[in-house]
Amino acid sequence: MFRHEWIEKNAILLLVLTLVTISIGGIVEIIPLFTIETTIERVVGMRPYTPLELMGRNLYIREGCYTCHSQQIRALKDEVERYGHFSLAAESMYDHPFQWGSKRIGPDLARVGGKYSSDWHYAHLVNPQELVPESLMPKYGFMATTPLDFDHIDKHLRANRVVGVPYTDDQIAHAKDDLLAQANAQMDADALMKRYPKAVVVPGNDRVPTELDALVAYLQMLGTLVDFANTSPEKLQQ
Amino acid sequence: MPTKIEKDVISGRETTGQVWDGLRELNTPIPRWWLYTFIATCVWSVGYVVVYPSVPGLFGYYHGAINYSTRVEVNGQVASIAAIRARSMDRIEATPFAQIASDPKLMAVAMAAGKITFANNCQPCHGAGGGGRPGFPTLASDSWIWGGKLEDIQTSVQHGIRNEDPDARMSQMPRFGVDGLLKPVEIAAVADYVLALRGANKDGTDVTAGGKLYAENCVACHGEKGEGKREVGAPNLRSAVNLYGTSKDAIIAQISAPRQGVMPGWNARLDAATIKSVAIYVHSLGGGE
Repeated sequence: MFRHEWIEKNAILLLVLTLVTISIGGIVEIIPLFTIETTIERVVGMRPYTPLELMGRNLYIREGCYTCHSQQIRALKDEVERYGHFSLAAESMYDHPFQWGSKRIGPDLARVGGKYSSDWHYAHLVNPQELVPESLMPKYGFMATTPLDFDHIDKHLRANRVVGVPYTDDQIAHAKDDLLAQANAQMDADALMKRYPKAVVVPGNDRVPTELDALVAYLQMLGTLVDFANTSPEKLQQ
Repeated sequence: MPTKIEKDVISGRETTGQVWDGLRELNTPIPRWWLYTFIATCVWSVGYVVVYPSVPGLFGYYHGAINYSTRVEVNGQVASIAAIRARSMDRIEATPFAQIASDPKLMAVAMAAGKITFANNCQPCHGAGGGGRPGFPTLASDSWIWGGKLEDIQTSVQHGIRNEDPDARMSQMPRFGVDGLLKPVEIAAVADYVLALRGANKDGTDVTAGGKLYAENCVACHGEKGEGKREVGAPNLRSAVNLYGTSKDAIIAQISAPRQGVMPGWNARLDAATIKSVAIYVHSLGGGE
């Protein structure tokens, strides 16, 4: 008859069986990741972030926006009614890391892009209570006066390419130009729009891009990229 | 350490056979009810794995016996709630504004739908009750930039203002200061004249120079008396409610580098009947014409 005592008294056997047991847990967690491609919907419109949006995303992470705002509209009736189409896996495929979040002290931001004007975002980030009196959000006025540090933006795009974001050589070479073109409404944005369709040019100022410019550009893009008019529910069935 | 299975004298149960300082441990089996519940959950989990989407594979995943999907389910739920609403919303969409107003039941639905939609989408800029604030027009006063009739409001909500929608309401005031169209002294003079138009020239400043510049540069859009022109979205300069402030400094700032507010178009986010409902709600806030 089997006795557990045998295993306990044989160190090598105990070691081998421990490894086998633990690796079962590992395999169950890791193997499905090899098939992760199959969970990403094939939708039209997704593109890598513009340089300014990418900087804005970094600031979003730096300021901990994700601690109060989620970026995932769940497939639940109430959420779809309030925020719009449920979020897709494809919509965060260029996120490293994703910003789904898990708390909603503030509203979900997955589709906030285009919902309000850029002017509103500037005013609201500087003093949220002026626009939404009951808001608990901190003030981010300092970002309006802090110049954006984008010296390494091309390297930043390159680093994203290493982890799988399909930035082209052209996009990396023009990273700085594109960033400046998006942060100043007075500049010519044709080349930017060609490289990054649907990019929202923020008003900015005539001097230097600020951190707030980057954050607003990022927010104005959220949830706007996927062409839902050309997507059927069947296509979203993974 | 002796490992001899013995029977405990008092309880009659077996012991584990281990002894610590003369103490023995009873080997009491776990309660039957617990064991059966555990086995039942194991059986249930097998059924669960079979019926619902579960095991990942190399080219997708096992979809489950009933092919369940939260996405399909939520689409169905949204469609069924839309079907219930459609009873009223379809009528709102098809009925002209004047007739909606004469149907109290339909009006109640439109007001409720408009109020909720306003709170979610419009209130962040225009404020609760459409109070407005500097840079974001009030909707509760008689001062309208693009018109306060139901149809005007409907168009503004549908297409928005100065956005990428080709049908958006567009107006652009020249940047008199930044682009050097007027000198700073001239801008100050025009500002004095605008203050005089508002009846705010209390200290009797001479505004003839400003008036002349106003006639040359501003009349075409803002009108002779500063009454504004809605066809081109030129605001009434004499209105008590002023979008960017009424002080001389604010007026100078606006002449020299005008702020041009943007409103998103709502055609893509809201359906036609909902936009109509919002128009009816906004119209009722106090300024409707």
